[in-house]
Amino acid sequence: MSTAVAAVLLVALATYAVFGGADFGAGFWDLIAGGPERGAAPRGLIERSIGPVWEANHVWLIFIFVVTWSAFPTTYQSITLTMFVPLTIAALGIVLRGASFAFRKSVVTVRVRRVFGGAFALSSVLVPFCFGAIAGGIASGRVPAGGVAGDPVGSWLNPTSLVTGGLAVVLAAYLAAVYLVWDARRAGDTALAGYFRRRAVVSAVVAAIVAVIGFVVLSASAPYVFGRLTSWALPPVVLSVLAGFGALVLLVRDAARGARVLAVVAVACIIFSWGVAQWPYLLPESLTVSAAAAPTGTLIALLVAVGGAVLIVLPGFVLLYVLDQRRLLPEEGVEDPADRAGDTEPG
Amino acid sequence: MAVHQEVGVIVGETLTGLATMAAVNPVPWARSQMAFTLGFHIILVPLGVSWAFMVLIANYRALRKDDRAALVLAQRWSKYMAITFAVGAVTGTVLSFEFGLLWPRFMGIWGEAFGIPFAFEGLFFFTEAIFVAIYIFGWRRLKPWTHFWTGVPIALAGVFGSVSVVAANAWMNAPSGFTANAQGEIIDVDPLAVIFNDAMPLQAAHMVVAAYLVGGFLIASVYAVGMLRGRVDRYHKLGFTIPFTVAAVATPIQIGVGDTLARWVYDNQPVKFAAIELVPTTSSDVPETLLGHLNEDGTVTGGIPIPGMASWLSDPGTGRSTVIQGLDSVPADTRPTVLEANVVHLAWDVMVGLGSLLLLLAVWYGAVWLFRRRMPAGKWFLRVAACSGVLAVVTMEAGWVLTEVGRQPWIVYNLMKVEAAATGNTGVWITFIAVIVLYLALGVTTIMVLRSMSRRFRRAGGFLDMETPYGPAEKPEPAKAAESEP
Repeated sequence: MSTAVAAVLLVALATYAVFGGADFGAGFWDLIAGGPERGAAPRGLIERSIGPVWEANHVWLIFIFVVTWSAFPTTYQSITLTMFVPLTIAALGIVLRGASFAFRKSVVTVRVRRVFGGAFALSSVLVPFCFGAIAGGIASGRVPAGGVAGDPVGSWLNPTSLVTGGLAVVLAAYLAAVYLVWDARRAGDTALAGYFRRRAVVSAVVAAIVAVIGFVVLSASAPYVFGRLTSWALPPVVLSVLAGFGALVLLVRDAARGARVLAVVAVACIIFSWGVAQWPYLLPESLTVSAAAAPTGTLIALLVAVGGAVLIVLPGFVLLYVLDQRRLLPEEGVEDPADRAGDTEPG
Repeated sequence: MAVHQEVGVIVGETLTGLATMAAVNPVPWARSQMAFTLGFHIILVPLGVSWAFMVLIANYRALRKDDRAALVLAQRWSKYMAITFAVGAVTGTVLSFEFGLLWPRFMGIWGEAFGIPFAFEGLFFFTEAIFVAIYIFGWRRLKPWTHFWTGVPIALAGVFGSVSVVAANAWMNAPSGFTANAQGEIIDVDPLAVIFNDAMPLQAAHMVVAAYLVGGFLIASVYAVGMLRGRVDRYHKLGFTIPFTVAAVATPIQIGVGDTLARWVYDNQPVKFAAIELVPTTSSDVPETLLGHLNEDGTVTGGIPIPGMASWLSDPGTGRSTVIQGLDSVPADTRPTVLEANVVHLAWDVMVGLGSLLLLLAVWYGAVWLFRRRMPAGKWFLRVAACSGVLAVVTMEAGWVLTEVGRQPWIVYNLMKVEAAATGNTGVWITFIAVIVLYLALGVTTIMVLRSMSRRFRRAGGFLDMETPYGPAEKPEPAKAAESEP
């Protein structure tokens, strides 16, 4: 039973990485898009494609929290006590992101717009870094079992966490770039599609390099997880590499449709390989999933809620996706002058 | 070089000073931060729960009576709703962080029971998010009646979602559904007994009706202001009448539910009840003291006492001879402090006082509607109605303060104290300040975005698609009115 809940948790983590990650990644491209004039076109696309989902993807994060605190309460206590600083930064970053993203659209002057745009973009980088660093801290056994606090700084500022945090930022940027290629193409903007295609290729290569560095660091700092990654958890690693490579080939050949699916598979498999490599530990080498689990009643309730989600939410999600895919017909997606006119009104 | 060193010393000293300052007791800061973030989030809750229902009323009217103004209203409301929903999602996410960051020991011990209702809340929140998106996309994509039905799950999920969250809060008041061993570890959990705990039905009902009451008054007050500024057209009248009617119906129901809940507190949380009624020692024939305060020596001064009223209200069956348990019936460290008791009592006065005012307003509206078949004419009604939104929010906040402060010093009633639940991280005061600053920015942003949307809508006239969360990006279609005929 605890295995099933752990599997659900892993799937939720992968889903958040794939959906939420892309939101954060879009903020990264926003950050480095350059000055107001040069960056106007990519920023416009980012704004349009992020608009429909805005912060709703944090549903996955909330779900991850709920499952952790209900099914593995003591571990949740250990993690929140130890990772107080990065979790706080992440929480504040999420608020800052939400507020500044909305704000910069309703303010008038370019300068104020840039301040809020900057806050949006900066927090988009900070939040995934913090989440990645936390994952690195857990994987390298820096969170103690038993609901006590570990090192408040060293647990997330260490070589492993720096690499995993960096990897999270790069992967988010990579996913966003791949999605944005698709969005630009749907909007019929080949120049922007090329712009993000180049960035997707570069970030794919950077992600591969960071992943290799990560392997080297893990071999020293997290021998258990490293050992498992090269044996029992090898299949998802190989799948991730293959999918990532396939996506890269498709991107270079300018065939973005397949690239999107492969990029998702590549990133999701990285999360899966982390989870599988830790198995059977929740906190490597100090606490197993089954030992950490809450009483059966709680686990059943969680699985019932998940079942309900599959029955109720999934059809809705599919419907939404189908509607979303039919959203931008070629003649649509044009900025409406009447809409923009409101912006010049002092606020 | 010397300057460099000097700067180094200053920086070093500043850091040491900051570290000393930072090493403060986290408990009051954790309480303040939780109170502030929850107090902010709870303002968005009524909109998330009840607005969809009002949108559906407007939408229904638009389809049944081919009412153009109602259609425009429903379309615009759905877009505003998306904004408040998105902000609520962000502040709700922060709350889920805070459970762990501020109350790790609470979550570590009780998470396996307390956490369960949130799994279902997540389910309903998910449903709501998806159907909010579908509903907004659907204005153009779906057949009018199909589209109407995609709005219904939003209203239902809003109600069930808030019931789930309140179930968790009610569990803190009436913890049940778990078995602990000799070491105090939970070894068995009965999820249904956790969710349907003793306090849940009444507390959930009180919150859901509050959501309709506050949401109704809040939205109506915006249109009351619009009419006071001379924008008296069908659109504004409808924008006022729909939410105000909802609120006017909810108000008397709420007073009935609240009265029943107060008696539940009398039966099950006598110490909280003693704080509400300012009863220092157990006695009968207790007066209902309006305002007034409790002193450290256990006397009550000031205020206007209504003789025997508190006893009579607690149990009309036994009337003024009803005995009310006093604050001193339990040891001092297991009851609210004098300051907390005064806060609880003041919150009670504010909630009941403003609630009664809102009831009078609802009666005024209802009576004119009953006898004259129109809403009350005249500036004074509109002026009071324009204030009703803020008053309703204050009423709700007072009710929430009452239930939370009244439970002190317990986080889990009679089982775990707040002190024992809080984090040991001494830097909470820093995060508290950061949270205040960010939330103020978020609040200002939200209002500015809503206002700028309203201005754009007004300038453009009819339905205008623009960049909103979940909203499609495309050109406006003037042909919409014809399209929406069934």
